[in-house]
Amino acid sequence: MLSAFLFSATEVASSTIFDQWWLGMKDQAMAGQLNFWQNIYKEIYQNVLYNDRWLNYLRGMGITLEVSFFAALVGLFLGLLVAMMRLSGVKPLQKIAGVYVGIIRGTPMLLQVLIINFGIFGSIAIDRVIIGVIACGLNSGAYVSEIIRSGILSVDKGQTEAGRSLGLSNWQTLRLVVFPQALKTALPALCNEFITLIKETSILAYIALTELTKAGDYIRSKTYSAFTPYIVSGILYLIMTGVLTKLLGKLERRLRQGDNR
Amino acid sequence: MITVKDLHKHFGNLEVLNGINQHIKPQEKVVIIGPSGSGKSTFLRCLNLLERPTSGQIFFEGNEITAPKADIDQLRCRMGMVFQQFNLFPHLNVMDNITLAPITHKLMTREKAQQRAMELLNRVGLAEKATAYPKQLSGGQQQRIAIVRALAMNPDVMLFDEPTSALDPEMVGEVLDVMKRLAEDGMTMVVVTHEMGFAREVGDRVLFMDGGVVLEEGTPKEIFEHPKQQRTQDFLKKVL
Repeated sequence: MLSAFLFSATEVASSTIFDQWWLGMKDQAMAGQLNFWQNIYKEIYQNVLYNDRWLNYLRGMGITLEVSFFAALVGLFLGLLVAMMRLSGVKPLQKIAGVYVGIIRGTPMLLQVLIINFGIFGSIAIDRVIIGVIACGLNSGAYVSEIIRSGILSVDKGQTEAGRSLGLSNWQTLRLVVFPQALKTALPALCNEFITLIKETSILAYIALTELTKAGDYIRSKTYSAFTPYIVSGILYLIMTGVLTKLLGKLERRLRQGDNR
Repeated sequence: MITVKDLHKHFGNLEVLNGINQHIKPQEKVVIIGPSGSGKSTFLRCLNLLERPTSGQIFFEGNEITAPKADIDQLRCRMGMVFQQFNLFPHLNVMDNITLAPITHKLMTREKAQQRAMELLNRVGLAEKATAYPKQLSGGQQQRIAIVRALAMNPDVMLFDEPTSALDPEMVGEVLDVMKRLAEDGMTMVVVTHEMGFAREVGDRVLFMDGGVVLEEGTPKEIFEHPKQQRTQDFLKKVL
């Protein structure tokens, strides 16, 4: 809906006031006689306004959000699973989980992305967004599992004993008693991990996924402006991470009820 | 009600329990005393299998709970436990602490469970704290809530693991009062404690443990006034 609106709007306004401003100073620009403010306008016009280039950033941001969101879900699910495996006390499960975390944490994410893209999905036609979700989710899962594991370990053993002594099963105790407390401890670190995830999706530019960083890079290749496209991308990253920080901060305050009251 | 046969518990090479045989009758109040490291808490924790015995058997209401396929969760529903450190759930308010287990076990509806919780809270004089969180309460209040939480499951026996040891001295009385009333109501109780006054007043039978065995047992009068064993005498001389 939104994009349909955006496109129809651009078709109508083929020559906007911004274009006219630019035309007004074009000769001066050719002669290299623009003042400071005119130069700034030129940069913004060429890198953002001209030919609706701002849409490129927004589409890139959309893809970044899409990949981050689903990768966070994959990471959270994997992280939970792996944390449970490591705490299960079952040797083979612990071993598998340990190897997974070891490999992911011990190798560069770029390498992981390249292996998944060219190695595993090299001969399969598959949407790069899906590859991005898999690669980032797989990576994030390892870190999330460690965060959740340390959160669970931080809950006093007496809590588990109290739950079990009331006849709750192991799983019920974990779900109703330990987990809510572990989440509270783990939330700042989890928040950090999600922010990291948003930023690290930029690595997917390497496999030509046009997310926000690649979108800025694409504009750079058109305009040869070394700064402005990246700064625009950067501002959009800051908006995303800023909003996420605020939201998770709110959640954290709500979970902390029990201590402050 | 509870029968213990030749109970042993090792932690690695450390032998904590060295063959305990006990029979606890319905409505009996058994108080366990002894120096620290004598195994009294471990013994108590074996009774609801928070510690797995290394060997030996425990029977509860006719079922062997140490059997490999015994339904431990089911048995624990009928054995309440109160801990030294209270172990209330800090993320839940008092009401939710009390009703969590009965509701989860589907023993009662939420309304019924809350009604029952209020009755119990009234009995320990903490009805107005139903919506408070554990950290807002004093140690004595927390421990009384912990007792209520265990009672909400309508257990047949209550296990107390040094329930007053973590309390400030002025709060010990309020918790002991609740326990005394519980005893008067006919609850079967096994209490590990350092409160000799309580042991003397409430106990039907006192066990003196040392070195992982029950060294001496008898009525409070026998143990406190005519201890036979030298070590019992030494211990009592120090704590009385």
